[in-house]
Amino acid sequence: MRSRITLAPKAGWDSLSITTTYCMKDKIRIASGQGFWGDLQNAPYDQVTKGPIDYIMMDFLAEVTMSILQKQKKRNPETGYARDLVHMIEHILPICLEKGIRIISNGGGVNPKGCRDAIFSWAHKKGIRNLKIGTVFGDDILGSLDEFSKRGIKLNNMDTGESLDAVRNKVMSANVYFGAWPIVDALNQGAQIVITGRTTDTGLTLAPMVHEFGWKEDDWDRIAAGTVAGHILECGGQASGGNFSADWRSVPDLARIGFPIAEAFPNGEVIITKHENTGGLVSRQTVTEQLMYEIGNPANYITPDCVADFTTIHLEDIGPNRVRMFGVRGKPATDSYKVSMSYLDGYTAIGTLTYAWPDALEKAKAADEILRRRLSDLGLNFDEIRSEFMGYNSCHGPLSVMPNETNEVVLRIGVRGHDHKAVERFGMELAPLILTGPPAVTGFAGGRPKPSEVVAYWPALIPKTAVQPIVEVVEV
Amino acid sequence: MKIRLIDIAHARSGDKGDTGNVGVIARKQEYYPLLAKYLTVERVKKHFNGIALGKVERFEIPNLWAINFLLHEALGGGGTKSLKNDAQGKTLSSAMLRMELDIDEKL
Repeated sequence: MRSRITLAPKAGWDSLSITTTYCMKDKIRIASGQGFWGDLQNAPYDQVTKGPIDYIMMDFLAEVTMSILQKQKKRNPETGYARDLVHMIEHILPICLEKGIRIISNGGGVNPKGCRDAIFSWAHKKGIRNLKIGTVFGDDILGSLDEFSKRGIKLNNMDTGESLDAVRNKVMSANVYFGAWPIVDALNQGAQIVITGRTTDTGLTLAPMVHEFGWKEDDWDRIAAGTVAGHILECGGQASGGNFSADWRSVPDLARIGFPIAEAFPNGEVIITKHENTGGLVSRQTVTEQLMYEIGNPANYITPDCVADFTTIHLEDIGPNRVRMFGVRGKPATDSYKVSMSYLDGYTAIGTLTYAWPDALEKAKAADEILRRRLSDLGLNFDEIRSEFMGYNSCHGPLSVMPNETNEVVLRIGVRGHDHKAVERFGMELAPLILTGPPAVTGFAGGRPKPSEVVAYWPALIPKTAVQPIVEVVEV
Repeated sequence: MKIRLIDIAHARSGDKGDTGNVGVIARKQEYYPLLAKYLTVERVKKHFNGIALGKVERFEIPNLWAINFLLHEALGGGGTKSLKNDAQGKTLSSAMLRMELDIDEKL
């Protein structure tokens, strides 16, 4: 194992007492409880009540999330984590404790300890005692950027090669993606809940397998199998019948969709399934679609834990809503962690107007031209002005087929620029089109489009030796 | 014969920054060779003309009967920078499936 620091908390800590030896189970069930921050609120409750599971994992973090949380924490140091996670844990914890289900989530955002304390204070009020929560942090390197620079750690943009100096003064958040191992540490110490900062989605699912089955760090094939299982679970219902393009009509009862569950075995085989008596569908096709989601080179799916080879995955339908995954091969992990930094890069504003029959599209296009002329006459400069005609081309662009006659078309126009005043002024020019443009227009609800900040990303790599995940397990 | 890609394949798409990925999956194993033969980089690049402004990359995944395409510079800058309704490329999958193929084989 790579070196990592384990902090011993203050009171009531006996590092020997938690060196529990687990009998190796022949199977564990890991349930997906959340595919993104804002997913079905009841999904975690359904997973812990509608059938047997051993672990529930919940993914909360997208790139944009970290900068939002960093902003919140700046205003109030006690925030900076996903409040939704605390509410969900409040909902499911009594059941989890009764059934021995352990909870793993990266909803700690930029303040995992704050999230932990919120859970502790709720548990205290409810009279729940002897609750052990692990936190994983050390991923937030915003305060260390100057030190890295002094030490010669460059953090150049990994896509363009550009030096960080170009945006250094504008950086709002900087987080390292940790993998499964710090979570394994916390589980080994008996944590019933593990709250992390920026941990990979896949690490949340891999960690319990490593913990239960004692997989070694260089057992690349099994580590890769757990990683692929993590990729299948990380988007919740998108693996169990949601957003299913092959035949969406064939998916039963999406209203009561069951989120996916991975039944993992010590040899690295995994069965993807869902609880009985839930809606949705788990099939070779639904699982394959999820495997395709957001991947690059399939032979090199890089995580901090391994490089998984998606060209070795075998899937087999073995029963209704049961897909067996086997044969996954992995390659050694790289020497770097990925770093994601965010910085402000100007403003956007986007607004819409709805044009009705007759000649809806023609009128929307005319309105677009009038607006652009007015913006130009005002001498306003933007990096980009983009117009789309919803109902005609906003999804498929030039591939769209011209309709014979549309009942209505929504003009969706947006601007981006670095001049806040210009972007704000654009917002004032949209509504006047209702009285000074083509007829039969409506849909101007919600007031003037307001400028919103553009959060841009700076992906970089950092040597694994330069940062240390910190694992802290506390019992209250 | 002329066929529609949607009749022999399904697909899912997603984003990484300004790059969209589209995984095209054969509906039956026997259709995979058709994808491998006819879904070339050139054909996909032409199909997404005016949408994917950068290069197109192609990766075969025969074990899953699938081919993954990376469409660079396809999302209007990506993330919060993009002014597109579909800033995350969620509908690039169905845009891909609009493609028509002229194949030598009989189905």
